Amino acid sequence: MKKNKSTVWEVFIQSKNGLAHKHFGNVHAEDKEMALQNARDLYTRRNEGSCIWVVKSEHIVSSVPDDEDSFFDPSNDKVYRHPTFYKMPDGAKHI
Amino acid sequence: MKDLEKYTLRIADTSLILAQRLSEWCSNGPTLEEDIALSNISLDLFGQANGLLDYVSKLNGEKSADEIAFKRNERQFYNLQICEQENGHFGDTIIRQFLCDSYFKLFYSSLANSKDEILSAIANKSLKEVEYHLRHSSNWVIRLGDGTKESNQKIQTSLNQIWKFTGEFFEMDELDNIMLKKNIGVDNNNLKEEWDLIVNKTLKQAKLTRPNDGYMMNGSKQGLHTEYLGKILAQMQYLPRAYPDAKW
Repeated sequence: MKKNKSTVWEVFIQSKNGLAHKHFGNVHAEDKEMALQNARDLYTRRNEGSCIWVVKSEHIVSSVPDDEDSFFDPSNDKVYRHPTFYKMPDGAKHI
Repeated sequence: MKDLEKYTLRIADTSLILAQRLSEWCSNGPTLEEDIALSNISLDLFGQANGLLDYVSKLNGEKSADEIAFKRNERQFYNLQICEQENGHFGDTIIRQFLCDSYFKLFYSSLANSKDEILSAIANKSLKEVEYHLRHSSNWVIRLGDGTKESNQKIQTSLNQIWKFTGEFFEMDELDNIMLKKNIGVDNNNLKEEWDLIVNKTLKQAKLTRPNDGYMMNGSKQGLHTEYLGKILAQMQYLPRAYPDAKW
């Protein structure tokens, strides 16, 4: 198979109406329609979903692993950010 | 052979042989994504053939669907000749698929109204699949036709070469007329006008020139084929013929 130089698109699939689209993977494609069709053929063969989004990978802005410390560590020791200091009323269930 | 049995067998053979042809792309596609797309279409067609052959088998009462698919020779196959044509390059395959998909869409839309409940059910199920196939192949025709100068030239040549096989879509023979009279079969003549519309629209968008209707090939309704069918059958039928009791 020849080297594929076409654009990479990220694929998000909504499994059921009302649920959020979830990231499934990516596909190569030359244009929007092809991206959608390739995503359909690759990721929805077994009833995985009812709606597909495709987004050019280059349009996704991602944090990088090197930034992990400054991005995520500072919240580790701030337990007060979690709602764990309330007394639960006896009647409240499923929380 | 009963009329309905033979009529169904013709439709089944067209799906079966095109499916087998397309399956040759599996692991040879231009990209991984397209490889899977073509294989999916092939599998859809095998599924259609399977449903139709089960029905043929039921009408026949003696032979199983597998026996019908694997134990007949060239002259006993009634698929349209366009289906057995070689894959060639990707553009050749796409053009063949586009012309067939346009026909299938109209054929199954019409067969969905058949008085025969099973044919009508199979047609309705197939129609959804075929509509997607047509979308896939039309997009590729436009992409290649309106792509680069080279891709345009190549796919124009593909179109010119396969055009002579499109006449068979619209032929009516004695059996077709009998089935039409019984409100079971499709009026193939009637499909031509709408087929022209679909094809012309896409070709225009793809900046391709529609070839003139010159000499048209025919004969598949009598079991006459081009040299390529024999080779397909050799590959498709080898295993069940060499190992008749093999299970898979």
